[in-house]
Amino acid sequence: MPSAVQAKPPGGQKRVALFVTCLVDLFRPSVGFAAVKLLEQAGFTVEVPEAQTCCGQPAYNSGDRADAQAIARNTIAAFEGYDYIVAPSGSCGGMLRCHYPELLAEDPQWAPRASALAARCYELTQFLVDIAQLDALDATFPSRVAYHDSCSSLREMNVKAQPRALLGKVKGVQISELAETEACCGFGGTFCVKFPDISNSMVERKTADIAASGADTVLAGDLGCLMNIAGKLKREGSNVKVRHVAEVLAGMTDDAAIGDAE
Amino acid sequence: MLHPNSNAFTAESTKAIADPQLQEALGVLRTQSIPNRLKAANNLAEFEQLRDRARDLKDHILGHLDQYLLQFEEQVKSSGGQVHWCSDAESARQTILKLCREAGAKTVTKGKTMIGEEIGINDFLAENGIEPVETDLGEYIIQLRHETPSHIIGPALHVTKRQVEETFREHHTDLDAGRSLEEPAALMAEARAKMRHRYFEADVGITGANFLIAETGSTVIVTNEGNGDLTQMLPKMHIALTSIEKVVPTLDDAMTLLRILPRSATGQELSVYVTFSTGPRRQIDPDGPKAFHVVLLDNGRSAYLGGPMQEMLRCIRCGACMDHCPVYHAVGGHAYGWVYPGPIGAILTPALVGVENAKHLPNASSLCGRCESVCPVRIPIPKLLRHWREEEFTRAITPATQRTGLGVWAWFAQRPAMYRLAARWSMRILRWSAGARGRFKSLPLAEGWTRHRDFPAPQGKTFQDQWRARSRR
Ligand code: SF4
Repeated sequence: MPSAVQAKPPGGQKRVALFVTCLVDLFRPSVGFAAVKLLEQAGFTVEVPEAQTCCGQPAYNSGDRADAQAIARNTIAAFEGYDYIVAPSGSCGGMLRCHYPELLAEDPQWAPRASALAARCYELTQFLVDIAQLDALDATFPSRVAYHDSCSSLREMNVKAQPRALLGKVKGVQISELAETEACCGFGGTFCVKFPDISNSMVERKTADIAASGADTVLAGDLGCLMNIAGKLKREGSNVKVRHVAEVLAGMTDDAAIGDAE
Repeated sequence: MLHPNSNAFTAESTKAIADPQLQEALGVLRTQSIPNRLKAANNLAEFEQLRDRARDLKDHILGHLDQYLLQFEEQVKSSGGQVHWCSDAESARQTILKLCREAGAKTVTKGKTMIGEEIGINDFLAENGIEPVETDLGEYIIQLRHETPSHIIGPALHVTKRQVEETFREHHTDLDAGRSLEEPAALMAEARAKMRHRYFEADVGITGANFLIAETGSTVIVTNEGNGDLTQMLPKMHIALTSIEKVVPTLDDAMTLLRILPRSATGQELSVYVTFSTGPRRQIDPDGPKAFHVVLLDNGRSAYLGGPMQEMLRCIRCGACMDHCPVYHAVGGHAYGWVYPGPIGAILTPALVGVENAKHLPNASSLCGRCESVCPVRIPIPKLLRHWREEEFTRAITPATQRTGLGVWAWFAQRPAMYRLAARWSMRILRWSAGARGRFKSLPLAEGWTRHRDFPAPQGKTFQDQWRARSRR
């Protein structure tokens, strides 16, 4: 839960550093621009520290603690001095907020810096609702959407109500809940390529759930899950569109959906 | 089962996914187990507080394990029973064999015990001319089928009702072909009828124990069929086969755990039977065994006390973690290759058989964390999985290709300028080769992804490049 809840920023005084995440940077920059637009709408100044790369999860979750620590130190150094750090991802946000302090707990010099960073770090929709208290959106998206909760958003960041509340403010959006909202989509970072058959069995269940929901669009707050789900839907020949929730909230849905032809 | 087959996990899991009967059987987890637990948890206002209390209680016990075990032994002795400390599987097997011989046993009835699986007691007794007879319905079914348990509380979870009927018709040759075994109750009645006389033949009854109570020297079993009671009451000798982390200080503490165990396991407020056994039959008792023995197994557990893996010893074996695990939903229990499957198995198996003998298990998880979110004693399973991954990485058990790939990536990830350059060019190339299709059907080096999924193409220019260009304008 947010430890430093503050009043609404007085007109653009507060500086937010965008942790764009490696997947958004590489594969879907439009999500980054949607996040910037939303944060600016909410009255914040947005900056993008140049020295960011990846949060280090591939190393951390593969048992390579030393590299994960080195990446964590670089990231902390790059993001110090901002009022808030916001990521369009529960997974990367969770890494900064929940795992950096654990990763550097034994390092007397870095442990306090990791905790200070963790306390100011949020997932995008969480920040917009809980901190920025954004109450109006300038977006229209006439569509029946299913919102997929990523595991880290749901269980590490406690994000569940926030994206739904924001979607409720988008004109034309109707939400169809999935039957198994708590089930993992099977992405899991390198898990999905190390255990492709198990991952496939998981994502097949997710796409069946999506089909049963009657939604024409799937949204989520994590690009990893979205690429996995989109990849499976496309392989199955489905017409369901897949987008990051920020695109819809920012009214930036002109780009082709994930995995779709231009 | 004794020798782990866990390093065959990948191949076994692929087979399991392709097995339609298994997949059908596993369906009950999602349609029944998960909703049942949720309902039970929601029906008890203090459930979450109880989980905290249970966690704290278990931590306290693990910090004073020697003290409570010694107290337990004292109490067992004073009620006329005996405790046998067994450091490994072999000493537990030998102890049990010796006790069975003392009782002149030809047949042994058995209640459900996972420790029995851990030490491979059935095969061992059979090799020594003593017939083990399983009395738990699930255990009985898999004994007929020459299989091992696939779930810690539902040993025959992998078997469909149809398969049970087939198994019974094959083994119970007197069974009337016209009799319907459609209903689970009919299967139960059929198994009971076959089992009843075996209880009276048995010289020794072996059960597990869910808890050991230090202040009274009692063992506690939690069952739904009542078979455990008959197993321990009717023969001359009762052997409770259990492990050291099951001890709790007081009856009250056992009650705390009993309030969360059945709710987490089956969604019941309480199981049908909760049986407390304290010592052998006394003069005033109308029935009960003449001799009462507790075989207390360590088998490597104590080595984890006080270390980073200690939290796994809080486990009360409710099975909720596997009920909620998407990997277990996909592959079932046998693919894990040893006694304990699912999330708890993936942390416990490397601990008890060596991480090199179970190297895939800690990696076969998306770290989705649903196990931790339901574990009644709040074991941080993803954190403990990562601990094993770190050990594998440090000891170079992680495959060389993965280590190299990770090393190259980590080198770039620590050098932002180089990283941006590499990102710029690789995304350009990917975007260019995808053309306007927006995705790849196959991609070199990404077979693991494209075997089952298309790979979405990047939009082209990286965010960082576009952002810098925008800022310069
Ligand atoms: S780890 Fe937790 S959820 Fe799994 S069996 Fe043990 S107590 Fe139950």
